[in-house]
Amino acid sequence: MFALALVLVAAVWELYKVIGPQDGGTIFGWTILPRANDQAMPHVWDMLSRYAQPERRGSTTSIFQVVVSGAWFTFRLALTGFVLGTAVGLGLAVLMARFRFVERGLLPYLILSQTVPLIALAPLVVSWGGKLHVGGFEWPRWLSAAVLGAFLAFFPVAVGTLRGLTSTPPSSLELMDSYAASWRQTLFKLRFPAAVPYIIPSLKLAATASVVGVVVAELSTGLAGGVGRLIIEYAREATSDPAKVYTAVLGAAALGLVMFGLVALIDLATMRNRPKEATG
Amino acid sequence: MTDAGPKAVEVRGLSKVFNAGKPNEVPALVDIELVIEPGEFVSLIGPSGCGKSTQLRLIANLLEPTAGEILVNGKPARNARLDQDYGMAFQQAGLFDWRSVVKNVELPLELKGWDRAKRRTRALEMLELVKLPEFADHYPWQLSGGMQQRVAIARALAAHPPLLLMDEPFGALDEMTREHMQAELLRICGETSTTVVFVTHSIPEAVYLSTRVIVMSPRPGRITDVVEVDLGTHRDLDTREADAFFKKVTEVREALRGIQPVGVEPDIEQVSEEA
Amino acid sequence: MSRSPRSVLAAIVPPLVFGVGFLLIWETAVKVFDFQPYFLPAPSAIWTAFRDNTALIWEATKVSGLNAFVGLAVGTALGVSMSFVLARFRMLNDLITPVSIGLNAVPIFVLVALFNNMYPVTSEVPRRLMVTLVVYFIVLVNVARGLREVGAIQLELMRSYAASDVAILRKVRVPNAVPYLFTALRIAAPASVITAFVSEYFGGSQNGLGSRIVGNIALSNNAEAWAYVLGACLLGLTFYLVALALERVVTPGGVSARERVGA
Repeated sequence: MFALALVLVAAVWELYKVIGPQDGGTIFGWTILPRANDQAMPHVWDMLSRYAQPERRGSTTSIFQVVVSGAWFTFRLALTGFVLGTAVGLGLAVLMARFRFVERGLLPYLILSQTVPLIALAPLVVSWGGKLHVGGFEWPRWLSAAVLGAFLAFFPVAVGTLRGLTSTPPSSLELMDSYAASWRQTLFKLRFPAAVPYIIPSLKLAATASVVGVVVAELSTGLAGGVGRLIIEYAREATSDPAKVYTAVLGAAALGLVMFGLVALIDLATMRNRPKEATG
Repeated sequence: MTDAGPKAVEVRGLSKVFNAGKPNEVPALVDIELVIEPGEFVSLIGPSGCGKSTQLRLIANLLEPTAGEILVNGKPARNARLDQDYGMAFQQAGLFDWRSVVKNVELPLELKGWDRAKRRTRALEMLELVKLPEFADHYPWQLSGGMQQRVAIARALAAHPPLLLMDEPFGALDEMTREHMQAELLRICGETSTTVVFVTHSIPEAVYLSTRVIVMSPRPGRITDVVEVDLGTHRDLDTREADAFFKKVTEVREALRGIQPVGVEPDIEQVSEEA
Repeated sequence: MSRSPRSVLAAIVPPLVFGVGFLLIWETAVKVFDFQPYFLPAPSAIWTAFRDNTALIWEATKVSGLNAFVGLAVGTALGVSMSFVLARFRMLNDLITPVSIGLNAVPIFVLVALFNNMYPVTSEVPRRLMVTLVVYFIVLVNVARGLREVGAIQLELMRSYAASDVAILRKVRVPNAVPYLFTALRIAAPASVITAFVSEYFGGSQNGLGSRIVGNIALSNNAEAWAYVLGACLLGLTFYLVALALERVVTPGGVSARERVGA
């Protein structure tokens, strides 16, 4: 079905190229119809074939390799950010579940954080790269990207985990009480496993968030090596080589899908033995 | 008869008030006196709000009394809980979805720090006892309601506690399964010589299972009657159709009828007549 | 729902403690460790910069805010319309769902780079288009779910009345879907601001908040940059609160749908 949808999208794209105005059009005076010429909207097969061709005139590496290595670079950063953000988010959620004062004090900020564009901080965090020296440790630029990814990933994980940890059925808590179990034992044997159905969706959000954070960080600095930089670079060459930028865009899309797939695997592994939730 | 060991449960002058001192104060239990000998099967029965579940939880030390004392196995209730002298079963089987059946039964043993091999042996033993050994590696949601309750009972008895506390464990099952489970419960408790305190809404269930039926009434919760059930220790499917059974059921029903429905003042004369 | 003064206090004091404490620690840390402004300006410096540049910040906010709003409005309208189509033609559902799940996973805003090519350089349309796209899918998935996931008992009842499909739509599905719409808006409102923002990093006209932040950093005016960040947070918060207020007004009694997370 997914493949069919993709084909459909491609078909609509080509259809628009046939019927759309070559230089963009106006509806009620607003220039909202995109240009349909080959420069702005390359043919689908042009985009795909571009992968096999060399990156630059005279270079022997194909775009495919370049995009893949760029996506791989970005992926590793996003993964780092994801793991970091998840670890901190889980830790904070446990702290909040344990101490109600902490929960009441921090939860409003956590929820608020999901309504404000934290991404606005991206250029600031990234600007630390190259300028910061802390006792001999120089802040590498890529760390800013990973930190930003971690920062964005942390919030959904903290909120989702907290919700999961505090939604344990009271009868199960009573059961653990009747076993005179300690808070730690109850945490690991009951609360955490019971919280998994809440943690997994928040991991999906965190995966996306970390990718967004890392890509935006790359854009803000033009961090070399990542797919974000490639998109910007190729976008500049769009007039001469229209299909190029699409290759990078699709690379970024693939990267996002891989992160998503990772979480889906985690989902599969942990929920394997649980009853399937009724859907739709 | 009873030997000179500690009583299974001793409740003296027990009172429990919820939200004491606040506008929504509720006197859940007033002046409860109860002594249960080891090996007895005692049912608590009564209309909603009579405090039977509260009483069970007080014995389990999941709640603290407002006044009075509770001794379980000769110790204060709190020590009994810390020493794991009882097992508990609720209306919802409360098995952990993410653990296999055998691992669910192992849970109390894990918490007590038993090593892996010992745990596994005991858990499988318990599953044999409740006649579910072949489901050890299944998951709770693959089992029917009745089977899940059996696993919950296996779990409650895993550490071989002398006392079993049960809060309407068969309430969510259909009638046929219920009757079957009652017979199973008697068999299991007979084989393990466990004392049982059993909370229920069902008169036939209370009579079938118990050696004594404690009738309670609400507002405030108190014991209004005690019905001795002398149907013998061997009870099976035929027991339910015996005359003696019906007589006892009627006796309990009448005792309950002496309690007016909630919202109406209890008829003092009638209650004292029954007692 | 009356709340005792004690519970209101209990709700407000801890966040205040954490918030004020955080600001104090920040301020003193800057002084004590002598952080350079290009690393981390003090809260007091940020506040000063904010007050000094309020007019400029407001201008930039208007630009980004308008982009977000246009995208939000259009995306919602399109999403709702399309969801009716999905409700009518069940097959489309199977087609659209994997696409929207996939789109949720990818950093979709990179498409802005493409949009910038399709339109004149000074146009704000690429960003509005981007926001529209993001909002469209959020609204579509949630409202379609609301139209679809009606209780079996309600449907049986309507069938026993021999009600037509249209009548079922009007009397059962649409009211059922309203809370889902608001769930979607609560997610889409902040998302529209974020997307409008991030889109600005890809070039194009330089009027919005995002470009200003980057611009100020380039000039090493970090305190000013942070002031613009503050403006951006206020913008996002405003959108979210408006969405909440709208929900309260339209569905008094606050029956919010089960917490769904986007698509």
